[in-house]
Amino acid sequence: MDKILSYITGSQIWKSIFRHGYPDTPRNRTLAVLSNVVLHLHPVKVRRSGIRLSYTWCMGGLTFFLFLIETITGLLLMFYYRPTAELALQDIVALREHVPIGVMREVHRWSAHLMVITVWLHMYRVFLTGSYKPPREFNWNVGVILLVITLLLSFTGYLLPWDQLAVWAITVGTNMARATPFIGHEGPGAALVGFGGLQMVHAGDDVRFGLLAGRFVGEGALLRFYVLHCLGFPLVAASLMALHFWRVRKDGGISGPL
Amino acid sequence: MPQFLKDLIDAATAPIPYTVLTTLLLGAVLYFRKILTHPVVFTAVSVLITLFFVLAFKDPNFNKIITKPDNVPILILIATILFFTWLSLRRAVLNDERTKRGEPTLEGELSKKKVFTWPDLVFTEFICMLLFTALLMVWSIEIQAPIEEAASQARTPNPSKAPWYFLGLQEMLVYFDPWIAGVLLPSFIVVGLMAIPYLDVNPKGNGYYTFEERPFAISFFMVGFLLLWVSLVIMGTFLRGPNWSFFGPFEYWDPHKLEPMVSINLSEYFWVKALGKYLPANPIVREIPGLLMLGAYFVVVPVICAKTIFKKMLAEMGMVRFYIFMHLLLWTALVPMKMVLRWTINLKYIVGIPEWFLNV
Repeated sequence: MDKILSYITGSQIWKSIFRHGYPDTPRNRTLAVLSNVVLHLHPVKVRRSGIRLSYTWCMGGLTFFLFLIETITGLLLMFYYRPTAELALQDIVALREHVPIGVMREVHRWSAHLMVITVWLHMYRVFLTGSYKPPREFNWNVGVILLVITLLLSFTGYLLPWDQLAVWAITVGTNMARATPFIGHEGPGAALVGFGGLQMVHAGDDVRFGLLAGRFVGEGALLRFYVLHCLGFPLVAASLMALHFWRVRKDGGISGPL
Repeated sequence: MPQFLKDLIDAATAPIPYTVLTTLLLGAVLYFRKILTHPVVFTAVSVLITLFFVLAFKDPNFNKIITKPDNVPILILIATILFFTWLSLRRAVLNDERTKRGEPTLEGELSKKKVFTWPDLVFTEFICMLLFTALLMVWSIEIQAPIEEAASQARTPNPSKAPWYFLGLQEMLVYFDPWIAGVLLPSFIVVGLMAIPYLDVNPKGNGYYTFEERPFAISFFMVGFLLLWVSLVIMGTFLRGPNWSFFGPFEYWDPHKLEPMVSINLSEYFWVKALGKYLPANPIVREIPGLLMLGAYFVVVPVICAKTIFKKMLAEMGMVRFYIFMHLLLWTALVPMKMVLRWTINLKYIVGIPEWFLNV
């Protein structure tokens, strides 16, 4: 057994991937973190206080983990789901009835709910430990934007099952857009936007229309929300996450007493 | 669970008692934090809450609202918020005691030593991931994601609710016009959150739990997050039923429950009820009491605060920071004030000029 193991770990293939021995010495532990693209998000050494679960609650890490789960399950769901008014609900039902291991939609939905909670708790923890204070002011701001994007990701995904629950929740949520000042047709100042008698902002030409591609939550809205949910917001979220994690490192790692 | 207890809880979750009780609870927890965060007290309270849910679970109305698949996250939210609020305050109390004795904080003591990321941090992360994967698998197999009937523009469900995390904002629609509730307030929340690091000039409490070194910041944030956000999400999920009427957790969601809609404007209170006159035709004259009140609220109150209770704060923050902060604070305070005025004296608008969209 030992012979086989040492043969494998001594082979050129193994050595080309792992450039260090088992991480039980300071040197190899350092190399394990430095030579791994995922692990090198972390510094080699961390403050003992910063990695206690009772300090960080692990909420930032879990949010990222849930984002990865959402990406994987979301990708699997995209194989089976067609975002059209005729097929959407049928495909969602089929996900449970006809697809092997048909719990991917459940995992996706419950992880999404959980991710909203973990993001809130992460913000709560960062506030309570004063970790937004200098030098981390900017990263707190990136975090706030990421929080908003998490909510938007969840919100756009809410429409995709295309049942009564989905359509009416999005109707309630997007109705507010018609009251946006100047660019929503029921908002203050909308009547002022126009030339002479020609009204520029009306029900068929305001910010809500742009969001829904229609005057109500219809097929156009479904496609728009699908594209934003699967491509638009994940790309923005991933870019901002890269910035967020990089800034955690640059601003001195997980916060701790100065 | 005995009926009188159910009636009592239904009565306690009516809007006014609910608001008063949650506010008092937060105030008590912050003020008596030393006693109330003692592990024994916390364990006892947790057992009581769990016992309540177990006993209440058999009630058909309570069961119906609790076991809705999309409401499970709210239960997780309640449990985690209670737990982590306790944990952070407990750590704050312990740290504050250490500081008083002249010792370093718990974090300060631990941070002297550095440890290797592998294995200390990597394994914690790994175990968290395993636990959460297991949790998600069990949850997903046990509880199916909801599917309702096919979408139809012709049939509006009653109640129509936004996704649960926006229910606080949907609640605002009851008290404010859509452009304030749906556009202005959310913008203030995001901008306000982003402004926090630039408004809070207190250098203390960076990187460890404490309450006594930043009592105002923590109290204000907890009021905003716990009372004006999480608590409204819970209210919107469990206590708002058909026609957006209030229902106790043990009450049947009767779509024919009658709630008199008798709210009137401040101008009517002033001109008609107090002075016994007709409403003036000119909107400015008509709304003069409300305009004066709001003007005083947003202009005079900050100045008075700057001269009295917040004198020290003004000196530390400087003019610009202080007045931005005051503006955000006043908007935060306006929300619960408007809610309470609606529930108590049926006030619709303090200033109601629909001609110019100026309804507050």
